[in-house]
Amino acid sequence: MTIAPLCPLPIMQHETVQMAHGAGGQLSQSLMQRVFMPHLHNNFLDLLDDQAKLDLPPGRTAFTTDTYVVSPVIFPGGNIGELAVNGTVNDLAVGGARPLYLSAGFVLEEGLPLVELETIVKSMAEAARRAGVMIVTGDTKVVGKGQCDRIFINTSGIGCLRDGVSLSCRNLKPGDAIILSGTVGDHGMAIMTSREGLSFQSQITSDCAALNSMIGAILDEAPLDIHAMRDPTRGGVAATLNELAQSSSVGIEIHETTIPVKPDVRGACELLGIDPLHVANEGKVVIVVAPEKAGQVLDVLRSFDPGRDAVIIGSVVDDHPGMVVMRTLYGSRRIIDLPVGEQLPRIC
Amino acid sequence: MPTPMKYIDEFRDPQLARKLLEEIGRKATRHWTIMEICGGQTHSIIRNGIDQLLPDTITLVHGPGCPVCVTPLESLERALALAGRKEVIFTSFGDMLRVPGNARDLFMVRSAGGDVRIVFSPLDALQIARDNPAKEVVFFAVGFETTAPANAMAVYQAAREGIENFSVLVSQVMVPPAMRVILSSPGNMVQGFLAAGHVCAVMGYAEYEPVALEFGVPIVATGFEPVDLLAGILKTVELLEEGKADVANCYGRVVSREGNLFAQEIIKTVFEVTDRQWRGIGLIPRSGLGLRKEFARFDAETKFHVTNIIAEESPLCMSGTVLQGLMKPDGCPAFAKECTPQHPLGATMVSSEGACAAYYKYHHHIS
Amino acid sequence: MCLAIPGRLLERTVENGLNMGTIDVNGSKTRACLEYVPDIKIGQYTIVHAGFALKIIDEEEAAESLKLWQELIESGAFDADEELPSPESL
Repeated sequence: MTIAPLCPLPIMQHETVQMAHGAGGQLSQSLMQRVFMPHLHNNFLDLLDDQAKLDLPPGRTAFTTDTYVVSPVIFPGGNIGELAVNGTVNDLAVGGARPLYLSAGFVLEEGLPLVELETIVKSMAEAARRAGVMIVTGDTKVVGKGQCDRIFINTSGIGCLRDGVSLSCRNLKPGDAIILSGTVGDHGMAIMTSREGLSFQSQITSDCAALNSMIGAILDEAPLDIHAMRDPTRGGVAATLNELAQSSSVGIEIHETTIPVKPDVRGACELLGIDPLHVANEGKVVIVVAPEKAGQVLDVLRSFDPGRDAVIIGSVVDDHPGMVVMRTLYGSRRIIDLPVGEQLPRIC
Repeated sequence: MPTPMKYIDEFRDPQLARKLLEEIGRKATRHWTIMEICGGQTHSIIRNGIDQLLPDTITLVHGPGCPVCVTPLESLERALALAGRKEVIFTSFGDMLRVPGNARDLFMVRSAGGDVRIVFSPLDALQIARDNPAKEVVFFAVGFETTAPANAMAVYQAAREGIENFSVLVSQVMVPPAMRVILSSPGNMVQGFLAAGHVCAVMGYAEYEPVALEFGVPIVATGFEPVDLLAGILKTVELLEEGKADVANCYGRVVSREGNLFAQEIIKTVFEVTDRQWRGIGLIPRSGLGLRKEFARFDAETKFHVTNIIAEESPLCMSGTVLQGLMKPDGCPAFAKECTPQHPLGATMVSSEGACAAYYKYHHHIS
Repeated sequence: MCLAIPGRLLERTVENGLNMGTIDVNGSKTRACLEYVPDIKIGQYTIVHAGFALKIIDEEEAAESLKLWQELIESGAFDADEELPSPESL
């Protein structure tokens, strides 16, 4: 009896991302079927077309894009997938838009474990469901080992602008109240303390959250009196307030005693010598509102989980245009400047 | 909502601070110039606006106690050279990454492919060496006496475990010799000192007694929170008013006269006193620490032959004058013009506790 | 120079032959080397600098200085409700 030689068949079941997963062939398809579609599928994606064909409601449309890189990609309180959905949803919402559709582009590093990718994709799907948006088109590329840090995600988003609101960072008026929707520094410190080499065993959790329903509710409450909104991500509340003050050529005065900081975030900031006002947030919004409506807006914010610690931190003033000044615990004043570069832990 | 942080928030109490301020105003019958040695204290003073609240009779000048600021350009250039080497993982406290050398900083070396990592503890750098036996791990061991025990332990432990792929680039300096330089300067205006509380935690305050005696100045070991600082200033004013050149301790919860003997022991085991260059000031004899010959094999400068790298400082930068308390940062012609935190000429504009950066950050627009 | 923050010792370990501990700083936990505070007990506060505990905080001294300053407050004609001083020059 002779044994026919068997050609070795290519391995089709990988545990990690391979270059071939991005080559458009059978492995690409298997990645779609195995990892992406089970979680993300919807009427648009199921067609597997190169584009999504959308019916948008009448009126003006808001459009935004952002690319997400974070290390570690899975961190206490979230992961890069959730961040990519919530971040783009929030960028639409703070402009007064109702977020509707998202795209998702992935750059994957060869060797990324598929379970990790699946965790990320799954939480993107959950985040989209929670925010009430659909991921309607997407793309995946694979790059060689070392050419990206595990996974980069770009999300773009489309939303319809609400009628009768006019939000702009140029709209600040002296007397306006500055509201902060909650504690500062949670996301940035969660990331920093979960990195290697910093001796931390801390469980600070990121505040990563979609804010569109909360923001929708305050716009319902005071559509004309909310003058501007920003989500204080990179550069923290300090950067956001400076941008607002500069764009409107007004001064902003805030009060040190009012800034909410979670105890563990404060502990880590003290230990690493970092100012929580400079640290990134991913589930907070700064709201500039006419003073007579501030109380109502605050009440609405506090009825939502991400807004439960909302507080008025200061006001818009005539003095020192373009600058943010903090009234300290002791009654003295100091400038809150734009942070220079990334926040570094310091020993001195 | 906030839970108080024990041993911090009691010492940030605004009412206590106010009472101490009033007391300082009452006690000071004439003008006094007091130097806080430590950059961390400068940072706290400026951040909390304590300088704005003090009575006109008190002028605070900011001292040279910032390791980032006084690490000489030469050490920095050597660090940059080491960090760029293929076989090296260069580890450093976060403070040093933005400090400019002649043309580059450590961030730029990293972007050019250097493996530069931030650590919180020198023992983390040692761990990186254990984890990467095929690499050479260099740690930038900067600091005053406070950091010396941590840096010394990393070297001591490397020797004990035989971790030969670990070495340190040492730029260790000491407070008392710098105080002597300041007090000996013909233009000196400093009449009393707040000694750096955390340096004293390690070294105690007995070593300041001869300085106080020799130069006739009161020296008060002082903590970092606003109430601590004000209590230290009040004590200094009291001593000045009484004409007493005493050494006092206003940071009793952390400082004792003899300091931490365990820590001093290991400093002595690993390091010996050497001459040191101070950025902006120049060479101060017997003002620094270098590795003893038993630990010389852990000296990155000789291990990688970078001792030939020398460097000159920008002639525009007057940080030396600032560091000696002879000039306030905003008195420098380059302040906020050629020199900003984005484009620093000298290290005092880089470190968050550098006097120039602190002034720029919190002050210059409103003053 | 020298940022050093008080924290409370939660537990002790030995790593690579060194006495180490977990320190709680307001709910954040960090690791620190305890070689320089060999007598520290669980629950005691120490100041931590660059990953090293440098001194056990002297509770009596802390209470003593606070008491001293508090007495200053009580001795003076101090009105606690009054506005904090604010610099006129600003």
